[in-house]
Amino acid sequence: MKKLITLTLLVLFTFTSNVSANEWDKIRIGVEGAYPPFSSIEKDGTLKGFDIDIARALCEEIGAECVLVPQDWDGIIPALLARKYDAIIASMSITEERKKKVAFSEKYYNTPAKFARKKGSGIIISKAGMKGKTVGVQRATIHDNFITAEFGDSVNIKRYGTQDEAYLDAIAGRIDLLLADSIAMDEGFLKTDKGKGWEFVGPGYSDPKYFGVGAGIAVRKNERELAKLFSLAIKVIRANGVYHRINGKYFAFDVY
Amino acid sequence: MFDLHGYFPMILQGMILTIEVALLSLLIAIILGLIGALSKLSKSQIARSSANIYTTLIRGIPDLVLMTIIYYGGQIQLNNIGDFFGWDYIDISPFIAGTLTIGFIFGAYMTETFRGGILAVSKGEIEAAHAFGMNRWKVFVHITMPLMVRHSLPGFGNNWMVLSKSTALVSVIGLHDMVYNAGVAGGATRQPFTFYLVVAMLFLVITGVSDFGLRWANRRFSVGVRRA
Amino acid sequence: MDYEVIFTNIHLYIEGLWVTIQLVFLSLVCGFVLALPIALLAICRSPWIQIFPKTYIYFFRGTPLLVQMFLIYHGMGQFEFVRESVIWIVFKEAYWCALIAFALNTAGYTAEILRGTIEQTPFGDFEAARACGMSKSTMYRRIILPGTFRRALPAYGNETIFMLHGSALAGVVTIVDLFGAAKVVNSRHFVPFESFITAGFFYFCLTFIIVSLFKKLEFRWNAHLRPRKV
Repeated sequence: MKKLITLTLLVLFTFTSNVSANEWDKIRIGVEGAYPPFSSIEKDGTLKGFDIDIARALCEEIGAECVLVPQDWDGIIPALLARKYDAIIASMSITEERKKKVAFSEKYYNTPAKFARKKGSGIIISKAGMKGKTVGVQRATIHDNFITAEFGDSVNIKRYGTQDEAYLDAIAGRIDLLLADSIAMDEGFLKTDKGKGWEFVGPGYSDPKYFGVGAGIAVRKNERELAKLFSLAIKVIRANGVYHRINGKYFAFDVY
Repeated sequence: MFDLHGYFPMILQGMILTIEVALLSLLIAIILGLIGALSKLSKSQIARSSANIYTTLIRGIPDLVLMTIIYYGGQIQLNNIGDFFGWDYIDISPFIAGTLTIGFIFGAYMTETFRGGILAVSKGEIEAAHAFGMNRWKVFVHITMPLMVRHSLPGFGNNWMVLSKSTALVSVIGLHDMVYNAGVAGGATRQPFTFYLVVAMLFLVITGVSDFGLRWANRRFSVGVRRA
Repeated sequence: MDYEVIFTNIHLYIEGLWVTIQLVFLSLVCGFVLALPIALLAICRSPWIQIFPKTYIYFFRGTPLLVQMFLIYHGMGQFEFVRESVIWIVFKEAYWCALIAFALNTAGYTAEILRGTIEQTPFGDFEAARACGMSKSTMYRRIILPGTFRRALPAYGNETIFMLHGSALAGVVTIVDLFGAAKVVNSRHFVPFESFITAGFFYFCLTFIIVSLFKKLEFRWNAHLRPRKV
């Protein structure tokens, strides 16, 4: 059965890619570079991470050359709209607010959000337990929206340009709590040497009202065709094992 | 403390980029400064007013804000113009945006420096040149320009020092200069102080070398000037 | 162009404006207080005493403000003994880090301005003061420094504007000043051009106000240099 699906998809895909190959022989993709393990910059300046590998795999499936353009999170949507690149693969959650400006492919992964606290601080996740505490989030993310709407009146919110900066300030003791994607925080911070003084606390959040339906690939609204191409390519790499291989490189379980 | 964990080459790469941005924007600033200074001293009202608006605007808005405006806004405007004329997409990369903005900002400061330099050229020299039968262009190239260079050199050197430090701002729009790379390295090794200190030292090297070069130029261009 | 979101978020800009004014004013005051002794040390004839002020001025004028701010904001957290001590209360806040960086920076520039101006004091001023039998401290307090401040005014006006422009860097380290406000509006509504041009407009007005304030001050303090009315 599985083989049959793969085959059908591949046939379907070959068909579409023939049509589209002329249109998209080169795709410029905006990535972030400060969000380990999804995307980070190596010592030699090269990009690495789950998002990066997925981007390369998708381009390969589509049959287009991939040009990765690092861009700060703050300007990642404006730069897409300004045509600095054609798509964003940067763990961007599919939300209603963003859909007003860009079009999304289907999700390529979906993981819940979680709080982390300093070990031994004993902070409890509730309005009363967090009163007066400082929470660090990345600016203009689903986590920023959630904390602002749900806890905005009881906590101090510190908004950072990148997730890495939030980690740095967490280590430095400038913030009491972090709110971020659970996997990103686990692999990019808690499990690393830097995050050894911190731990998860509270439930995993995935309310679609704030957290959307997973991370998708954003394109300009007048280029929805490209989003469809990506959706299809996601299905293909899910089916042919490429996704599984990339997934296994970074995580112990399937993040899809 | 000065264990750089193998990140030093990355910082040096960033330094090369920093120097590239600085030199290229200096070139733009010199060209804009000359145009600006000549406009300010020209007889045409339009040229004078536009040069005045240019210098006033630039001095009124912080370089960081100007840079973001040009990086994002400039791209959108360029796209609009491009669509109108049916051009292909032209990219304003962080490198271009950074270099253009810094060049544009310091063009305004150079305008004032060069204007002062031209005004300091004594009238007698120009009259003498005219008396020799030189035309206006020749007077400018052979008399006004070399003298202006001498008079503007201190101001020019000052502008260059400020300019070379302003290049640090390109890291904010995502260009991988040495400040940006120090941030990456500092984050990865948890030694931000070490890496920013290294970058500070490298900036001191740049300013030190420039200072040396400027002193040499000052001596070179002041040949024949008697000093008290 | 979409200026509606600017108007609905104008309160952010107003709050940011207030933060910017605070930061600039406080850092200028602290910077000036710091600059005066540095400048006075720098004009001492002893080369040993000169080492400290000269190094200070050289470092703060020779490196970018952004790097100085990062050294304090990101850098201080590197040291355990700083994190464990009481002074961490200060370094914990981005606001204080930025303020310290700005004050130290402007102190470097201001000290250099003051040093240069003191050294340019006409020698007759010294001679006249000494002839009146003034002690060194009286001479500096009554004669040299007032004259210095007066003559340093135009250069100090420029430094004030540079400080205003430099203060935009506060927006880079989570502070919601004018530039920070523009960043928040941009990242929420994706209107980079409109949000930053609005911040630019506010900065422009501030610059204009500062320039005219200094013009007024110069008019008063340098009254003796005004061309006489015929």
